[in-house]
Amino acid sequence: MLAHTFFFYFFSIISVGSALMVITSRNTVHAVFFLILDFISIGCLFIMIGAEFLGMIMLIVYVGAVAVLFLFVVMMLNVAEQKQSWFRGREKSAHIPVGLIVSIIILAEVLVVVGGWKYKSNFIKTEMLAVDGNLTNTHMLGNVLYTQYIHLFQVAGVILLLAMIGAIVLTYTKRQGVKTQSYFTQLSREKKTSIKLVEVDSNKGVKIDG
Amino acid sequence: MEPIINVEYITIFSSELYKIVFILVPVLVSVALVVWLDRRIWGAVQKRKGPNVVGPFGLLQTVADALKYIFKEIIIPASSDKAIFILAPVVTMTLALVAWAVIPFSNELVLADINVGILYLFAVSSLGVYGIIMGGWASNSKYPFLGAIRSAAQMVSYEVSLGIIIINVLLCVGSLNLKDIVNAQQDLWYVIPLFPMFVVFFISALAETNRPPFDLPEAEAELVSGYQTEYSGMMYAMFWLGEYANILLMCAMGSILFLGGWLPPLDVYPINIIPAPIWMILKILFLFFLFALVKAIVPRYRYDQLMRLGWKIFLPFSLFYLVLTASFLFYFDKLPTKLF
Repeated sequence: MLAHTFFFYFFSIISVGSALMVITSRNTVHAVFFLILDFISIGCLFIMIGAEFLGMIMLIVYVGAVAVLFLFVVMMLNVAEQKQSWFRGREKSAHIPVGLIVSIIILAEVLVVVGGWKYKSNFIKTEMLAVDGNLTNTHMLGNVLYTQYIHLFQVAGVILLLAMIGAIVLTYTKRQGVKTQSYFTQLSREKKTSIKLVEVDSNKGVKIDG
Repeated sequence: MEPIINVEYITIFSSELYKIVFILVPVLVSVALVVWLDRRIWGAVQKRKGPNVVGPFGLLQTVADALKYIFKEIIIPASSDKAIFILAPVVTMTLALVAWAVIPFSNELVLADINVGILYLFAVSSLGVYGIIMGGWASNSKYPFLGAIRSAAQMVSYEVSLGIIIINVLLCVGSLNLKDIVNAQQDLWYVIPLFPMFVVFFISALAETNRPPFDLPEAEAELVSGYQTEYSGMMYAMFWLGEYANILLMCAMGSILFLGGWLPPLDVYPINIIPAPIWMILKILFLFFLFALVKAIVPRYRYDQLMRLGWKIFLPFSLFYLVLTASFLFYFDKLPTKLF
């Protein structure tokens, strides 16, 4: 029991601490690395409550894919050293009021949602749920996801597909004058069509591509 | 009242600790041997001898190299991000070793027999990109950075098709546990029905471990040596060890997913008395032999061709094969409904 508690506090302290570091570190790339640390420790917390599938998916999706793209953007934009370190320097940033307003709105929304939350009168405690011990976490998740919530699951898939198509449409521009290799013509080249022996008279030279 | 320190936990901990040592030391030793093997095979293909001076057959060449690296000075560039610069090889090495915890060498011989073993392997191998990005960025120099960006794009791209290949196998097994995956191949190794997927897996594994012909992150002609350019001494050696441990890991993954793990090829008398771990090691070595051969005989890919191969060929093809596998299993009523 002690070990469990110890590891719980270990991971939660790391996750809260790194979440704080995400918003306070001066170097944007460091902020992303702290975000990754946060994701990893949250994944570990998932595994600790027995949700091993969710924990691993957390690692694969967020750390393995999403955070890599974050890093890409941050590194490519070259915004590594933040000019406005509002919590240390005296300079004032124009982003602070906007950020404050957004976070206040989100806080208000969360308050409304949580405040209006009502448990059903026949609310079942989690430890009383009928859980089949023989089934693994993954099987149980699949049993619910593909039967009871199949429509929501598919709607989520369609939304993701829409987002993907939208991103492609927004960024796709047909550039003019770009020379690209046609794999078909490249692979169908043969010795006969690509090599030509030319008799050259002396002191005359020869025109290629004529 | 509960005791403050659970004695049982301590005994479990101490009994697990020696197992960790027993898996890490062989992995590290075999990494050293495998580096030697790689160079010998490479030499043999090119009609050279390869390392043959230090120790019998040159077996101790890697040890000599490692000793040399240990005694070299570690140079940290002045303009680098020091913490991340030092952390990068540590991350690479740790991730390459930590994945071996779930690899089963026989029905009993496995350190952590977890339910989501294959997801764990996939997660750890997808984390491997961070060592490279961190090293490339923290060096604060052009070539390492370009190498890191290339490598990140490459590894993320090939992970997608690798994931779908894994789903192909999982469809046939019905469990994410590595032992179940091997035991499901008792009658037929998946390399036979899923042979195209095995080929795609092998090539994706080459790209995932930055091996030639996909070693663009360290293409010496263009990028000096990519993300490792600024590293020296032991830190370079750690990158190098981590890389080879990752290659071995990919070979182990391939042999578990497709070549039936520790199972003997035929369950008949003279063959099946050979102990299970030997088969597992033989299969890993066979896949590694292929890796080494490819390094010797295939020229480096161009970057746009690499990306095209990943996104436009492997991804659609493995998706198509996924649909094919699913339809086959559904039509012939072979879907694994038995829950492990």
